[in-house]
Amino acid sequence: MAEITYREALREALRDALRRDERVFLMGEDVGRYGGAFGVSLGLLEEFGPERIRDTPLSESAFVGAGIGAAMNGMRPVVEIMTVNFSLLALDQIMNNAATLRHMSAGQCGVPLVIRMTTGGGRQLAAQHSHSLEGWYAHIPGLRIAAPATLADARGMLWTALQDPDPVLVFEHGSLYNTSGDLPDDAGPTDLDRARIRRAGRDVTIVTYGGTLGKTLTAAEELADSGVDAEVIDLRVLRPIDDVTVMESVARTHRALIVDEGWRSGSLAAEITTRIVEQAFYELDAPVGRVCSAEVPLPYAQHLEAAALPQPAGIVRAAGELVGAS
Amino acid sequence: MPSLGADMTDGTLLEWLVHPGDPVHHGDIVAVVDTDKAAIDVECFADGVVQDLVVEPGDRVPVGTVLATIADAAPPPTAPPAGAASPAAVRAPAPPPTGDGGEPSPVLSPLVRRLAAARHVDLAALHGSGPGARIMRIDVERAATAPTRVRSTPLARRLARELRVDLTSVPTAADGVVHAGQVRHAADTVARGAPSAPVAAAAAADRTAAMRTTIAALMARSKREIPHYYLTESVDLAAAMAWLRECNRRLPVTRRIVPAALLLKASALAARQVPQLNGFWGEHGFVPGGGVHVGVAVSLRGGGLVAPAIHDADQLDLAALMDRMRDLVTRSRGGRLRGSEMADPTITVSNVGEQGSESILGVIYPPQVALVGFGRIADRPWAVDGLIGVRPIVRVTLAADHRATDGAVGSRFLDRIARLMQKPEEL
Amino acid sequence: MTAGTQPVVQSATRPAAPADPRVELLRQMVRVRRFEERCVQLYSAAKIRGFMHLYIGEEAVAVGAIGALSADDAIVSTYREHGHALVRGVSAEAVTAEMFGRVTGCSRGRGGSMHLFDIGRRFYGGNAIVAGGLPLAVGLALADRMRGRSAVTACFFGDGAVAEGEFHECMNLAALWRLPVLFCCENNRYAMGTALERTHAVTDLAARAGSYGMPSAAVDGMDVLAVRAAALDAVASVRGGHGPFFLELRTYRFRAHSMYDPDRYRDKAEIARWKRRDPIDRLLKQLTDGGAVDAAAVAAMEAAVAAEIDAAVAAADAAPVEDVADLTRFLLAEQRTRHG
Repeated sequence: MAEITYREALREALRDALRRDERVFLMGEDVGRYGGAFGVSLGLLEEFGPERIRDTPLSESAFVGAGIGAAMNGMRPVVEIMTVNFSLLALDQIMNNAATLRHMSAGQCGVPLVIRMTTGGGRQLAAQHSHSLEGWYAHIPGLRIAAPATLADARGMLWTALQDPDPVLVFEHGSLYNTSGDLPDDAGPTDLDRARIRRAGRDVTIVTYGGTLGKTLTAAEELADSGVDAEVIDLRVLRPIDDVTVMESVARTHRALIVDEGWRSGSLAAEITTRIVEQAFYELDAPVGRVCSAEVPLPYAQHLEAAALPQPAGIVRAAGELVGAS
Repeated sequence: MPSLGADMTDGTLLEWLVHPGDPVHHGDIVAVVDTDKAAIDVECFADGVVQDLVVEPGDRVPVGTVLATIADAAPPPTAPPAGAASPAAVRAPAPPPTGDGGEPSPVLSPLVRRLAAARHVDLAALHGSGPGARIMRIDVERAATAPTRVRSTPLARRLARELRVDLTSVPTAADGVVHAGQVRHAADTVARGAPSAPVAAAAAADRTAAMRTTIAALMARSKREIPHYYLTESVDLAAAMAWLRECNRRLPVTRRIVPAALLLKASALAARQVPQLNGFWGEHGFVPGGGVHVGVAVSLRGGGLVAPAIHDADQLDLAALMDRMRDLVTRSRGGRLRGSEMADPTITVSNVGEQGSESILGVIYPPQVALVGFGRIADRPWAVDGLIGVRPIVRVTLAADHRATDGAVGSRFLDRIARLMQKPEEL
Repeated sequence: MTAGTQPVVQSATRPAAPADPRVELLRQMVRVRRFEERCVQLYSAAKIRGFMHLYIGEEAVAVGAIGALSADDAIVSTYREHGHALVRGVSAEAVTAEMFGRVTGCSRGRGGSMHLFDIGRRFYGGNAIVAGGLPLAVGLALADRMRGRSAVTACFFGDGAVAEGEFHECMNLAALWRLPVLFCCENNRYAMGTALERTHAVTDLAARAGSYGMPSAAVDGMDVLAVRAAALDAVASVRGGHGPFFLELRTYRFRAHSMYDPDRYRDKAEIARWKRRDPIDRLLKQLTDGGAVDAAAVAAMEAAVAAEIDAAVAAADAAPVEDVADLTRFLLAEQRTRHG
């Protein structure tokens, strides 16, 4: 056991992958000399050299597309995009190439590429650095979307993603980099298939992922004080969604609340809600509830941003309403 | 007509650039057609001599239509069509779906149309149960008597099915919705045989057994707790029956009024006029009812009995009352009563009907304080103004709670019914 | 080569010889031309659907440039790629079947005219996003370089792509990392319906490569021998480790942008003027004048090409379609290692 931050866990995962597989290389803006915009790759340039830790120009489309081409041609690139907002400059490559090439070529080629990026708000970075657009990417067939919310997943998802023959997008919530905790020294790869129950409970299922897992667990403890026993599910993988874990939980608790930092309209929360209604309708003893971000571009001022994002108090209130009504 | 885009279904020939007899070569522009987008040149895919120009400038034709024929340059016996476009390229429209029982039939009988109009049933929303999914009278009636929807959660509905609890009889939670908890509670109550347990059933045997338990508990409680007294009055229905015959002559069969409706209305009015019999006996004595909600005893086909309420029966005209009675009987027998109907009758009427006994001395439904019984209507010798005549007579009985009223009140009540029946036109 | 614009390379005339390699260049151009002429017919008869973009007039570019590549080199193409695919060796039958939506198509009917793939021939597809293929080419070349292979990636795109941000990102990145990419700009003067001079401040596209420190050449794309000569030089430069090379191939499409294009934006006289420079006619004249081919040889060539196309169409027509049950096949790999 060692005390480790989320950032360090990501770095360890990269280091491990670079050591184990010579086809792996990291490329992105400021990943080398600077050490990564969020410090994730600090020290890797010194260890692995500029051929494998590649600083790129500010050309998201070119270097994401180059990652796709390299992946098609035998490499295992890890591409870092500074934030999800910037990934829109590479959306053409992600959507029109990474997600389509295998199908369009009838399986003749695949894109075993990993794209990492920061997502989410809460750091007063305002409306061009704070959004949670992973739900958009989760809309796209041909991609696998991961959201590590724990140290174990920060450490363990990358290697699994690199073994995947298809593109995997990893969304790292910006508020998590400095979180820390104990991680076993032998922590290894974690799956990219199943959701995890992070807290077992009987009264209501709260489904969340990424940056809102911590807030949801906090809310669950508060709910416990008032006698409501919440089960908290960490989706971990946003595409494909692990329906089984969600539905089994809803079948036990009969109430579901989705906490999603994306905007409510057309959101992942909407997708999960629909699946629950489709697959567990006759288990529901209350309408499915949602806690999402307010439908505004995220503002700068701390109090406004806090009001726009899902918070433990709102989660407690929403869960309480679901349980209290019956 | 060549296809110049996936969205092109037809085109208008604007101009021929060749004439019959003109030699043409592969790649020559022979015509101009107007598509929805623009005028486009039509090129020829064969070498030869133009034979016939089939389509006139200005004609709009589907893709695949032959525009012209071209003969081989050598004196031609055959004439291949211009372009590769052949009439075969024109797709035949898909055949209409065959009526194999899956699609609603448009055939509607006059009866069905009239019933639907009278009872405000949307025929388009009905699934026919007849041959070829034809909508039958029964389908319209079922739709007309469908109970008001109870707001309930999906889980509550599933549990209600599994536990054989009638959702319409389950009280809602504070939010106005029936949740699983209320259904489980209702199911537990039934299992304990508590008298207030509302019952209905999906499986007839279980329903009958459960109902028997409920009736047993309820009637035992009534006889144990309520000191009944009984009064009887024979009422001459000659005027009422004559008026009814006349009245029904003007009504279609389905709208005709039965004598039981008159008796029910008279009972309701009498209950309003003698309010001591209309209400409940509680811990603190008699509580008058908030209206005249007449419980109508309905015997069920599989055995058992329910007595759901017709709310404010004293204020309904006969036609409306008749509708409610029919509706209640249908729904009672279908196990689809509403909770409020089961919960709050203020007085009960039990009518044995035309096949029944001469009179009925009933057992009061607690916590009500009175039950009115009507025996079979039968012609009997009857003295009128010193002469014996034959009159249709009904024996009206009252079973009343002696804690709440004495015989004088009961007598007044029966007397009111008797008087009311003499002026049926005022009912 | 040095950075900057090179003069238009003129074709060298060579003495005719019994096995004159120019005859094969002619045959390839004729094959592409006749194939596409048949495509027009098949499209008009609704056998081919979707968007279909024809290469007629531009054949010298694919035949000259792809002929300069080796089998190990990679190709990234555009939506106007029938010619590239055929010249690379994708069979006429596989291309026809693809456009017919058949399972025997080179993308099993999932791609259609715009997305022909043959990874076995290192043909990485027709890309229907203008400039969308450039980053792929950069990545393919990056991987070849990192793995120590000597392959070149030839990336075809049109003049329209030069206006896209992706073009500039990729020119910069490929030059910065000195990657083995041969950028082949098929300048047919129109980005769909908009003329080059109406969208570009600098219309000398080869000159713009110079701003990335990349060697370049502008070539008469209507002369297959000139294209071939320039491409051989460029490939040698790239393979020699001198970084990417930019070839501007000045050409012209004789037909509209796509089948449903009324072609209102071009002067008919302009089209006629360019048709007088038809690359097939030009080479044919050289070959007949020099005695390398005679009328009988040309007729035999035409007959062989027609027979190949007839057979391809017949086979495609007879081929089955993909089972709808396999609709979602090839979305993800069928084998995936599970962990955790």
